Amino acid sequence: MSINLPPISDVPAAETAVMPGEGPGGGLWRGAWRRLRRNPTAIMGAAIIAFFVLVAVFAPLLAPYEPGSAQWSGDVTPTTVPGPDDDHLLGLDRFGSDLYTQLLFGARQSLVYGVVSTAIGLSVGALLGVLAGGLGGWVDTAVMRAVDIMLSVPSLLLAVSIAAVLGQNAYSIMIAIGAAQVPIFARLLRGSMLAQGRTDYVLAANALGIRRRRIVMGHMLPNAIGPTIVQATLNLATAIIEVAALSFLGLGSSDPAVAEWGRMLVAAQDRFEAAPRLALLPGTAIAVTALGFTLFGEALREALDPRNRR
Amino acid sequence: MNAGRRDNDQPLLSVRNLAVTFQLRGQHAAKAVDDVSFDIRAGQHVGLVGESGSGKSVTSLAIMGLLPRRGVRVSGEVMFDGTNLLSKSRGEMSALRGRDISMVFQDPMTSLNPVIPIGIQVAEIIQRHFNASKSAALERTEELLARVGIPDPRRRLGEYPHQLSGGMRQRVLIAMALACEPRLLIADEPTTALDVTIQAQVLEVLKKLVADTDAALLMITHDLGIVAGLCDTVNVMYAGRVVESATRERLFAQPQHPYTGGLLESIPKLDSPRGAPLRPIPGSPTQVLPWSEGCAFAPRCGNRTEECTARTPDLDPAGDRHLRCFNPLSRTAAEARR
Ligand SMILES: Nc1ncnc2c1ncn2[C@@H]1O[C@H](COP(=O)(O)OP(=O)(O)OP(=O)(O)O)[C@@H](O)[C@H]1O
Ligand SMILES: [Mg+2]
Repeated sequence: MSINLPPISDVPAAETAVMPGEGPGGGLWRGAWRRLRRNPTAIMGAAIIAFFVLVAVFAPLLAPYEPGSAQWSGDVTPTTVPGPDDDHLLGLDRFGSDLYTQLLFGARQSLVYGVVSTAIGLSVGALLGVLAGGLGGWVDTAVMRAVDIMLSVPSLLLAVSIAAVLGQNAYSIMIAIGAAQVPIFARLLRGSMLAQGRTDYVLAANALGIRRRRIVMGHMLPNAIGPTIVQATLNLATAIIEVAALSFLGLGSSDPAVAEWGRMLVAAQDRFEAAPRLALLPGTAIAVTALGFTLFGEALREALDPRNRR
Repeated sequence: MNAGRRDNDQPLLSVRNLAVTFQLRGQHAAKAVDDVSFDIRAGQHVGLVGESGSGKSVTSLAIMGLLPRRGVRVSGEVMFDGTNLLSKSRGEMSALRGRDISMVFQDPMTSLNPVIPIGIQVAEIIQRHFNASKSAALERTEELLARVGIPDPRRRLGEYPHQLSGGMRQRVLIAMALACEPRLLIADEPTTALDVTIQAQVLEVLKKLVADTDAALLMITHDLGIVAGLCDTVNVMYAGRVVESATRERLFAQPQHPYTGGLLESIPKLDSPRGAPLRPIPGSPTQVLPWSEGCAFAPRCGNRTEECTARTPDLDPAGDRHLRCFNPLSRTAAEARR
C-alpha cells in the first residue's frame, strides 16, 4: 500500500472527530431541521398545525358542553337555527348541539382522519414508488400495473368495498381514503426516482461500487422525495373533506350529529341561507388547517434541499 | 495492496474487439463502439483520444459494466486480471468497482450528490469496500481530502457539494475514486469542465495520487496537451474504432494515421507565427455505420485512394505501433520525397 495512510484496521477510532451526521442521511435531516427552524414559512405552518393539535388534545377542557348531544334540538326549527347568545358562543348547529363545542371536537376527528389516512396513503404509495422507480425492470412493471388497476376502480367504490369488508367504523374510513391516495403517491415518487436514476451522481456512485440499496435509499430517495411531501400536505386537506363525503354515504359513524368538520360542512348545506356560519366556520377550520400543512410541507421540501441556504 | 502482484507478461486490462450497439425500441440500431482493442499494463498511463462522439465514454462505461442492460448490446472481451468483466454478474461488478477499477467523470458540478455531505460520500466508499467502521472511514477520508489539496479537511467533511468550487469538487471526486487504491483508474475528460488555471492544478493532483497509489490510468481526453504530459502510450479513436496506437514519443514525433496527423496539426503551436490559421480537420464525423464499406475517415482524408473506399482496413502492427490505414502519412512523405 503506497498511499502513506495507515491501513484501515490500524486507524484509531476518531473520538474527537466532528461527525457530519448520525447515520447515512442523518446529516440531511439534521441540516433540514436547522434550515426549517430559520424559515418563517415553516414557523407559521407549524404554529397553525400546533394550534389545531392543541385544540384537538384539550377539546374536553375547552368545550363548555358534551359533543353531539343535540340537547337543544327543540330550539331548532325548519327555518331557523338559534345564533350566538350568552349560553352558546357561536350558537347552535342544525341538530341542536353547541356549535363551538362541535368545532372544538371536530378538530379531533378531522385531524386524526386526515393525518392517519394520508399517512397510510403516503407510506404505502411511497413504498411502491421507491420499489418501482428505484429497482426498475419487472418490479417496476408489476407495481405500475397494480397501481393502474387501483386507479381504474373509482375511489368511492373502492372505499365502499373496503368499508363492506372491514365494517362500518373509523378505521375503514381511514383505510379507504388512504387506499385511494396510494396511486397518487406511487406514481409521483416513481417518476422522481426514475429521473434520479439518470443523474450523473447516481452513475458516479455506481462507478464506485456503492450498493444498490444504498443508492436507492440514500442517494436517490432524498433527492426525489420533495414533491411527494408537498403532495402529501395538499392531500391532507382533501382527505378531511373526503371523510365528509364518505360519512354522507353512511360509511362512517351512523350518527349524523357527530362532531367532524367535513360532515358539519355537508350538513350545513340546506341551512346555508338561514345560518351561513354553519358552513363558514367548519369550512374556515378546514381551509386554515390545510394552509398550515401546505406551508409546512412547502418549507420542508425547501429545507430538504441543502442548496437552499437560509 | 496491489504491490507484489505485478505480472508483466499479462496486461492488467486487455480490451479485445469491444463493440457496443444501442438498440432502442422503434429505432435503428446505432453502433457507438465498433471494434476497440487496447491493453493497459499495471501502473501504465494510457491515453484514449478522439473527437466528440467517437465512442470514448461508451468504451469506458462498457469496461466498467455501467451501460444499461436494456437496449444495449456489448460484445468482445474485457479481460481484467485474467477474467472477462463482460461475463461477471452485477454483484461481482459492483464489488469490483471502486475497489479494483474506479472512474472520475467529466462534470464535477453534477457528479456529487447535492444532498449528502462530501465526507460521507467519500467515507461510504471506504466503508463499502474495506468493511471499515464509520469513524475509521471518516478519519481516512480526512487524510484523503488533505492529500488532494483540500484545506481544512476536517471542517470540509460536513460540507455539501454546493459549498465547494468546481476545482474542489473535482478533487473530492479524485479522492473518491482513489479512496480504495484501485489498480486502474479511468478518467473521462476529468478537467474539461474546469477553468484553464484550475485544470493544471487538478491534473497535477490526479497525476500525483495516481503515481502514489501505483494505479494504472486510462486518460480519456481530446486535449493532446494532457496526453503529452501524462501518458505512456496513446490510442487514437475514430468513429468507434482505434485507428492508431503507439507510445507517446512515437506518436507525437511521427503520427502515421492521417487522422492523428490532423489532430496534432489542429493544436496551436507556440512557435507558429501569430495569426497563422489553425488547421482543423475538414468535415465532421459521419453517422451511419461508417466502417461497413471502406475506411470511415476516407471522406475527410487527404491521403485517400480507391482502396480506402473499397476495403476496410484492419488494426495491424506497423513497425513501432498499431495502425489502421492503407496510406499512412510516412509513406506519403516517403513517396513525395522520391
Ligand atoms: N445511451 C445512448 N443511447 C444511444 N446512443 C448513445 C448513448 N450514449 C452514447 N450514444 C452514442 O454513442 C456515440 C459515442 O458517444 P460517446 O459519449 O462515447 O462519445 P465521446 O467520444 O465520449 O464524445 P465526447 O468527447 O463528446 O465525450 C455517440 O454518437 C452517441 O450519440
Ligand atoms: Mg465522452
